[in-house]
Amino acid sequence: MEFDTIAAISTPMGEGAIAIVRLSGSEAIAIADRLFKGKGKKRLNDVPSHTLHYGHIIDPADGRTVEEVMVAVMRAPKTFTREDVVEINCHGGLVSVHRILQLVLTNGARLAEPGEFTKRAFLNGRIDLSQAEAVIDLIRAKTDRAMNVALNQMEGRLSKMIRQLRQTILETLAHVEVNIDYPEYDDVEEMTHRLLLEKSQYVRSEIERLLQTAHQGKILREGLATVIIGRPNVGKSSLLNSLVHENKAIVTDIPGTTRDVIEEYVNVRGVPLKLIDTAGIRETEDVVERIGVERSKQMVKEADLVLFVLNYNEPLTEEDEQLFESVKEKDVIIIVNKTDLPQRIDMERVKQLANEHPIIATSLLEEKGIDQLEEAISTLFFAGAVEAADLTYVSNSRHIALLHQAKKAIEEAIAGIEAGVPIDIVQIDLTRAWELLGEIVGDTVHESLIDQLFSQFCLGK
Amino acid sequence: MEYHGGSYDVIIVGAGHAGCEAGLAAARMGAKTLMITLNLDMVAFMPCNPSIGGPAKGIVVREIDALGGEMGKNIDKTYIQMRMLNTGKGPAVRALRAQADKFLYQHEMKKTLEREPNLTLLQGKVERLIVEEGVCKGVMTHTGAQYCAKTVVITTGTFLRGEIIIGDIKYSSGPNNQQPSIKLSEHLEELGFQLVRFKTGTPPRVNSRSIDYSKTEIQPGDDTPQAFSYETTEYITDQLPCWLTYTTEETHRIIDENLHLSPMYSGMIKGTGPRYCPSIEDKIVRFHDKPRHQIFLEPEGRNTEEVYVQGLSTSLPEHIQRKILSTIPGLEQAQLMRAGYAIEYDAIVPTQLWPTLETKVVKNLYTAGQINGTSGYEEAAGQGIIAGINAARKALGKEELILSRSDAYIGVLIDDLVTKGTNEPYRLLTSRAEYRLLLRHDNADLRLTEIGYKMGLISEERYQKFLAKKAAIEKEKKRLQAWIIKPTDQVQEVIRQAGGSELKDGIRASDLLKRPEMTYEHIQLLAPAEEQLPSDVVEQVEIQIKYEGYIEKSLQQVERLKKMENKKIPEDIDYDAITGLATEARQKLKQVRPLSIAQASRISGVNPADISILLVYLEQGRIARVSNE
Repeated sequence: MEFDTIAAISTPMGEGAIAIVRLSGSEAIAIADRLFKGKGKKRLNDVPSHTLHYGHIIDPADGRTVEEVMVAVMRAPKTFTREDVVEINCHGGLVSVHRILQLVLTNGARLAEPGEFTKRAFLNGRIDLSQAEAVIDLIRAKTDRAMNVALNQMEGRLSKMIRQLRQTILETLAHVEVNIDYPEYDDVEEMTHRLLLEKSQYVRSEIERLLQTAHQGKILREGLATVIIGRPNVGKSSLLNSLVHENKAIVTDIPGTTRDVIEEYVNVRGVPLKLIDTAGIRETEDVVERIGVERSKQMVKEADLVLFVLNYNEPLTEEDEQLFESVKEKDVIIIVNKTDLPQRIDMERVKQLANEHPIIATSLLEEKGIDQLEEAISTLFFAGAVEAADLTYVSNSRHIALLHQAKKAIEEAIAGIEAGVPIDIVQIDLTRAWELLGEIVGDTVHESLIDQLFSQFCLGK
Repeated sequence: MEYHGGSYDVIIVGAGHAGCEAGLAAARMGAKTLMITLNLDMVAFMPCNPSIGGPAKGIVVREIDALGGEMGKNIDKTYIQMRMLNTGKGPAVRALRAQADKFLYQHEMKKTLEREPNLTLLQGKVERLIVEEGVCKGVMTHTGAQYCAKTVVITTGTFLRGEIIIGDIKYSSGPNNQQPSIKLSEHLEELGFQLVRFKTGTPPRVNSRSIDYSKTEIQPGDDTPQAFSYETTEYITDQLPCWLTYTTEETHRIIDENLHLSPMYSGMIKGTGPRYCPSIEDKIVRFHDKPRHQIFLEPEGRNTEEVYVQGLSTSLPEHIQRKILSTIPGLEQAQLMRAGYAIEYDAIVPTQLWPTLETKVVKNLYTAGQINGTSGYEEAAGQGIIAGINAARKALGKEELILSRSDAYIGVLIDDLVTKGTNEPYRLLTSRAEYRLLLRHDNADLRLTEIGYKMGLISEERYQKFLAKKAAIEKEKKRLQAWIIKPTDQVQEVIRQAGGSELKDGIRASDLLKRPEMTYEHIQLLAPAEEQLPSDVVEQVEIQIKYEGYIEKSLQQVERLKKMENKKIPEDIDYDAITGLATEARQKLKQVRPLSIAQASRISGVNPADISILLVYLEQGRIARVSNE
C-alpha cells in the first residue's frame, strides 16, 4: 500500500489559471512518459532531472490529444517526497485536469489519499521529526473531511445503485461458492458459464452506465451544460449578458476541448451553469448572423439545459417550430422576450408547443423577468427534473478510477468465461470487481460473502 | 496427595485431532513430550461425521501432511471410501474426502502415538496449570500429580464445561457421554481468560441392518485410487458406499409440530451454533419452502453396523427423533442406536492468542482446536500441528513458525481466529482464502515441504524426492516454453481433433497448452518429452502453465501484502500514547495486538487513516513504550 505511485491534482480546484497534476513514486516518470508526446522523439524517461518540457498529453487508448502541457520531471531524492516526482502543468480548466488525472490513474497510478504526499515526505525523512504530530493531524483531518464529503455523496442514488450491483455480484459469488464448498448438495443449481456470463455482462453494463453518469456528475464541478438558442435578434446576447452580469462569472473564457466553443460559468442561485458557445452568440449577434438552426440543434444535443428564446414582438416562424421540435426531449425553459414591445406572438400556440415546459416572459432590456427565470432554473435543478442534475452521480475522481478498475476486472472475467476458464478461477476477477465497488461505498468486509452463502442456501449436515 | 510426576519439554493436554498432531510434531522435533488425555480409548475420536476432508478441509489435511503431520497418513490407512470432489471445476477447488472407519482410525493413531520415541501417552484429568508470574510451567492432574514442562498445549475440544442437551434433558458431559472437564475451564477463567459458550450438534445413529437401502441412492467411492499423504503408496481398493435419501413432508410436519420441544427454541440452549452445521429443525424453520433435505447415510466402519445419519443433526427429544426417522424413505424401520444431541461448551476468545497460538494471557501456554472456537477435525489438526511445532520450538529456544494467508489454509484459519475472532464455531471455507488459486490441494507439498523439512518433520529421503519433483517441473516448463510448434498438417489435425482453431503461425508449446481445449497429452503428441514424466509432475506443469496469468495476478497481490507483512509492530507498543488513532481502532488494536501492519489492517474497525498514523510512528522509530517499562 505504501510506496506505489500516487497522483492527485495539487492545485485548488476551479480557481487558478494553471492546474497541476502531481505524481510521486517509482513509476511516476514511466507513467507520465506513456501519456506524454513531446517534440520529436523526446521521452521523459531519458530527460535529466529537474527539467521542464513542453508537449501534449495524449490518451494512449485512442491516441487522441487531450491537452497542451508543461511537464516538470524531478528525480529522487531531491524532491518534496524524496521519490521521483512529475508535475503536469496545464491550463485547460477543470475538464482537462480531470481528464489528465483519469489518464494517470488508469495508467498505473493510484489516487493519493488525503495528505499522502506530505506523509511520504515525512516517511522518507524529508520533513523534520518534530512535525510528526502535525502530519497525523493532517491525515486525520483531511480523511474525516473527505469522508464527510464522500458520505454526503454516498447517501443518494449512487450508493444505492452500487450496493444493488454489489448484491448481484455477491449472490452470484455465493452461488459459485456454494457449488465449491458443498459439491454434493444437489438441490443447489450448478452455476454455469452461460449464467455467469449473463450476470457478468449485466454488471458490466451497469458499471458502464454509472461511468456515463460520471460524465453528467461533472456538473457538480463544471456546471450544467446550458445552451441559449433562438432565432437572430430575439435577445440571446442580452440574456447571456444579464446572466453573466447578474451572477459573477466564476471562471471565464476557458477554451474547451473544441477550440471554437467558448464557455462561461455562472452560478444561478446555487446552480452552476456552464454556458456553451457564448462566443458564437456574441459573434453572431454583433456582426453577421451565421448561426443556423442546424448548429443550434447540434448544441442542443450536448446540453443538459436549453434556454430557448422567442420574440414577443414577432409571430412564430417555421424556424421556431423546428427549434421546438429539436428541444422536445430536453429540459428546456422557454423565454418569451421583449415584453416591452407589442405582442405579435401567438401565446396559445407557444403554450401548446411548450408542452408543460416552463414559460417565462421577460424584458431583458428593462431587466424584467430575470428573477422568475432564475427561479425556474433553480426549481428545475433542485426538484430533480433535470436528470443530469442528480448530484449523487459519480463525480469523484477516486470513484471514477475505481469504477474503471471494476470494469476492467469484470471485462477480464468475461474474457475468462468466453475462453472457457473454470468458473472458480473466473470468480477471482468477479470478486475483485466486487471489492473495488465496495471501496467506493466504503464496504469491503469479506465476511458478508459467507453471510450471503448461509442466508441464500440451506446448507449443513 | 500431590507428587511430582516428571519433567518434560512439552505437555499436550488432550489427544483429539489437535492433540495428536501437536504431540507428534513436538516429539518428532526432539522435544520430550507428554500427552495427557481423559480416556485413552478415545484418542483421535470422531464424535461427529466419520469423514475427513472435503473442500478447504481436504486441502488442510494435505498441508498437515506436507508439514510432516499424521492426519493424512492415518486416514489413508483407515478409509472405507475415498472421493475427489469438484472434479468438474478448476484445480484450485478440487478436494479429497474420505469416509473413515472411525474405530480403525483411532486405533491406528493410538498405535502411532504409542510407538513415537519421544512421546509419553498418559490417561489423566488435568485440572490446573502451574503458572508462575504469568508463565506456564506445567500441569496438575486430579490425582495430584504435577508434571513440569517448558511449554504446555491445551487441546481439550468440546470438553470444557460440556453439557449435552436432548429435548428437555440437560446434563454435564463431554461428547458421546465422556466425562467433561469442568475444573480446567474454571481455572482458565481464574487465570484471566475470556470464555464464550458455543454449541454444536450431532445426528442420531441407526443400525444398518434395519435400513431399507433399496429406497435410497448409492454413493460409491472413486475408482481411481487417491491418497491424502504424499508418502502413501498403497491404496485401499475395497470401498464401502454411502447412501442418499431425503426428508419428506411428513418429516417437516413432525418437526414443525414439535418445535416447542426443541431446546434451540425453548431457550434452553444459549450457546451460538454454527450456521454451516444447522440442526434439521433449524433448516426447516429457516428454509420453510424447501420441500426436502438431503440425508446421507454413512457407515461408521467396517466392523460395525452403526450408521451416521448425516443431515439430521438435532436436539429434539428422543421419542421425536424416532418419529422423524420413521418418515424418511429407507429408515421407516430403522433401529435407533444413539440419539442425536446438542452439546454446549466453553471456548476461549481466540483474539487472546498470538498467531503462534501461544496465549497472550499466560506465556508458554498454547491452545489449539475446538477450544479456540473452531469446528471440524481438520481445522483442529491444522492448529494442532502449528501449536505443537511452536511449543517445541519455544521449549528448544528456537524461533516460532507463523504461516501466512498466502502459505496455507492453515495460515488463513489461524489469522482469521487471532485477528478477527469468531462469534460462531469457525469452519474453513474456500471463500475465506483470498489466494485460493495458490492454495491448491495439488501443490500443498510445493508450498510447505520446505518448511516441514526446516522444522525437522520431513525426512531427508522425502525431502530429496521433493526437490527432484520440483526440478522436474521446472525443467519440463522450460522445455515447453522453448519448444516452437509449427503449423504442420499433423499439428493442425491434432488441434482440430481437440476442437480448437488451427494455427496461423508457429507457437510456443506452453502457449498452445494455455488454450482451454488443449491438455498436456495433446502437447505431448506435438512436442514429445524424452521420457514419460510422473503424473504428479505433469499435473503441476499443466496447472502452472494453463493458469499462469491468474496465478501471476494472485502472486502480485501477495507481493503487495508481503510489504505490509514485513512492517512489524513491536509487542510492547503503547497504543494509548499514539495520538490521532480513532477510539474504536485503538480499542481493537489493544485487544488484538497485531504483529504486523498487514495484520492490523485486517482488523475490522481499523481504518486506512489509522494504519497511516501507525506507519508514521513505526517508520520514525518513535514507538511509545509501555509506560511502566
